[in-house]
Amino acid sequence: MELYKLSAGEISGKIKAGEITIRNTADFFRRRIEKFNPLVNAVVSLFDDPVFPEETSGSKLWGVPVLIKNNICIKDRKITCSSKILENYVSPYDASVISRIKKAGMVILGTVNMDEFAFGSSCETSSLGPTMNPWNRDYVPGGSSGGSAASVALGFSPLSLGSDTGGSIRQPASFCGVSGLKPTYGRVSRFGLVAFGSSLDQIGPLSRDIRDAAYMLDIISGFDSNDSTSSSQGVPDFSQSFDGKIKGLKIGLPKEYFVGGMSSQVNKRITKAINLLRSKGAEFTEISLPHTEYAVPAYYIISSSEASSNLSRFDGIRYGRRSSKGGLTGLYRGNRKEGFGKESKRRIMLGTFSLSSGYYEAYYLKALKVRSLIKQDFKQAFRHYDAIITPTSPTPAFKLGEKLDDPLSMYLSDIYTISSNLAGVPSLSIPCGFTEDLNLPVGLQIIADDFAELTLFRLAYAYQQSTEWHKMFPKGYE
Amino acid sequence: MNKFEPVIGLEVHVELETESKMFCRCPNIFGKAPNSLICPVCMGLPGVLPVLNKKALDLGTRAALALNCRIQKEIVFERKNYFYPDLPKGYQISQYVSPLGEEGFLEVRGRKVAINRVHLEEDAGKLIHKDRYSLVDLNRAGVPLLEIVSCPDLFSPEEAFIYLKELKLLLRYVGISNCDMEKGFLRCDANVSIKPKGRKELGVRTELKNMNSFSQVKEALAYEIKRQSSVLEEGSRVFQETRLWDEKLGKTKVMRSKEGSHDYRYFPEPDLVRFSVTDENISRQKELIGELPAVKKARFIKEYSLSENETEVILSSPFLGGFFEECLLKTDRTKKVVNWITGPLLETVNSKKMELSDIKVSAGNFVSLVEMMDRGEITNLTAKAILSDIIDKDADPEEIVREKGLSCVSNESELTEFVNRVIAENPKAVEDYKVGKSQALMFLVGRVMKLTQGKANPNKLKELFKSALS
Repeated sequence: MELYKLSAGEISGKIKAGEITIRNTADFFRRRIEKFNPLVNAVVSLFDDPVFPEETSGSKLWGVPVLIKNNICIKDRKITCSSKILENYVSPYDASVISRIKKAGMVILGTVNMDEFAFGSSCETSSLGPTMNPWNRDYVPGGSSGGSAASVALGFSPLSLGSDTGGSIRQPASFCGVSGLKPTYGRVSRFGLVAFGSSLDQIGPLSRDIRDAAYMLDIISGFDSNDSTSSSQGVPDFSQSFDGKIKGLKIGLPKEYFVGGMSSQVNKRITKAINLLRSKGAEFTEISLPHTEYAVPAYYIISSSEASSNLSRFDGIRYGRRSSKGGLTGLYRGNRKEGFGKESKRRIMLGTFSLSSGYYEAYYLKALKVRSLIKQDFKQAFRHYDAIITPTSPTPAFKLGEKLDDPLSMYLSDIYTISSNLAGVPSLSIPCGFTEDLNLPVGLQIIADDFAELTLFRLAYAYQQSTEWHKMFPKGYE
Repeated sequence: MNKFEPVIGLEVHVELETESKMFCRCPNIFGKAPNSLICPVCMGLPGVLPVLNKKALDLGTRAALALNCRIQKEIVFERKNYFYPDLPKGYQISQYVSPLGEEGFLEVRGRKVAINRVHLEEDAGKLIHKDRYSLVDLNRAGVPLLEIVSCPDLFSPEEAFIYLKELKLLLRYVGISNCDMEKGFLRCDANVSIKPKGRKELGVRTELKNMNSFSQVKEALAYEIKRQSSVLEEGSRVFQETRLWDEKLGKTKVMRSKEGSHDYRYFPEPDLVRFSVTDENISRQKELIGELPAVKKARFIKEYSLSENETEVILSSPFLGGFFEECLLKTDRTKKVVNWITGPLLETVNSKKMELSDIKVSAGNFVSLVEMMDRGEITNLTAKAILSDIIDKDADPEEIVREKGLSCVSNESELTEFVNRVIAENPKAVEDYKVGKSQALMFLVGRVMKLTQGKANPNKLKELFKSALS
């Protein structure tokens, strides 16, 4: 039995049953990473001394190895956000999700690659070099949580954590053929997640089997007194959604998403997935989310504005890379000029401009207004529908380097995922097959109302019950 | 004589007296070793988030109410973005669009000086410049601050000075800060412009910084008004700029011009939710305000016939005011109590280098000490010695007098013995007295006081010396 092909739930079961030990399990995955990571550059830091739980816990994921995106703080570990400016930064504290993972007895194997500060959709803006798509290494894994998605696709760990500001979990999950969830804004504490767009960021799990993502969400969810924006909403037992009962669920298909720009290959896979769900009793109706076309510009203004401010702390004065340039202004300039990559600078410039006096009303405030209209679109839709289904991304993975110098086309890769962040609603991507021409994975996106992750899991589970896409592995890594 | 009249507005920052900082759990204490009161949150490390200290909001609300402001029901914080090494996040969490309090006033010499706004924000750290280095101390970073901005509604440096004194008194009384300027608990920037007398339109203003006391604010304003007047008289114009007060030179100097001013790019702080100030909380804070010092002052003058000066000393701290009134519940010797609070009590505090908060003696024991002295049972000197003894531990002065035998000696035969001895031992002083040097008498009395450890009745002694030497 190949351990890496098991789900996280199965692995934990075997450890609890005494069939394998926690240490052997961790070693197995560590060896797998050592062997294959050089091919894909997904893991940026493999810990020599992973911490093992001292006591058993009732957690469904006790003993399961996990990889963490390079922007979630782990005490005494290097957390660089794949940026030069933090190249030697070691966090003195654990993010709240990390404390919870440790408490549940999961074993953190290391950190994984990402776009610098999560700015990107291809993992190519990382200062540590791009991650390759495991299914075809000439292609990008998506981003920004490209390392998280590629790792799970390769069986480096059955689960990983990513963060999603505009699609950064779902789009790479889609490109790498794994499941990825962006929880409701406020469901998971952001304390310890290095902020990109504070009003949009959420940490979420990536897995192959959707049940693993649900177990993980169960562990990391809930109010945190360190994060005022975390919600005190109760956390339901997500496993109650694994019953395959989707008969009568009303699902909206937003017409604005099924238009030109979507690749026909993607369209084919999505249509098949919809047909499968329909055959199991889900009811589909075309709906409208009328403000969809404004989502991308509003998102780039809001997220970049917040980012420009969030990244101000990286001045090289207290920590991080320090330039040899003299004088206070010279030092600031040197630190930031040498430390930030091109895309980070672009976002800082964009955000700084949008917030500048004289432009604030026309850009930032206007974007906020668009955001509340988009929120209303979803509120309106969820009055009548249980969920919304769309493709996760208009295209499958693109080639490395293909869009790196064309930011606008890169930004459009997130066109279907951005709205969920603006509205705050939970949304996930599950693998729904491969393109016929290039055999690259395609993702199906399911969106539900605030705190209705149960509905997402119910649909995803029903789909995975009847499909094998989430059990597929890329060839050449045996 | 002067063609111009000044218009002044003051921006006062006050550190709130909370247990912990504004957005983290670090203690809010002054004077600890650099960087000993810090955590990832107030250091602005990657990934941290602020959580509002509700006490800061309560104290801010109380102050805004005491300043007669309209209270904002929904509190929104904003980020003020700028780079400086003492600002760990590269932005300060502050309030911009909707401040906690608006449109209030402070009564200054019977006139209502308009307050424009009162808002909450976090303090920055401190830079310590040493040799070729600048060191950053973040102990102060994240300490809650209240900014109180007056309207351009003050019309002389003197009036600005009194405004500050009244403001400080008020803030101390409502218990939000002790406003110690030396420790930076209160800081003041001043905006000043001048205009031809009688004209409505305001002139171009300059902003003055770096004044470390109320008197310096007054001096800096006076200097600046003079400077602006001569600039205008020369036919030149005043530039809108920020100027630093140089205490040693007694001058203001340009720090930065308006062209170099910041665009702070305010926007709502996404890491904090909106907070509401409930009606319930407003009425609770109103109750906590109690009697305002201006009202108290008027009452003291009327009720206890205190002088303006005495009232000011007694009301200079909420503790003294309370102590004074407690004393008066136990005695009707008002005058003596006033004299002993404004005199020996404060002198003892100063000479022992204590803080007012270190005073432990109860009002009851203080009163009985004053009364014993007033009844002539102990001398002034003895009373002062006992006060110095019990001020920081509290004890019954009557017991001390009994135990140590400190009662005043007025017995004539007993005293005569000392008088004769001192006359015999000090022929020079006796000689001086006889040729009309009256200080010599005090010297001789002093000698007896020394011999009796201050217990001798000084009036009786004077009489005895006079008759013995006549």
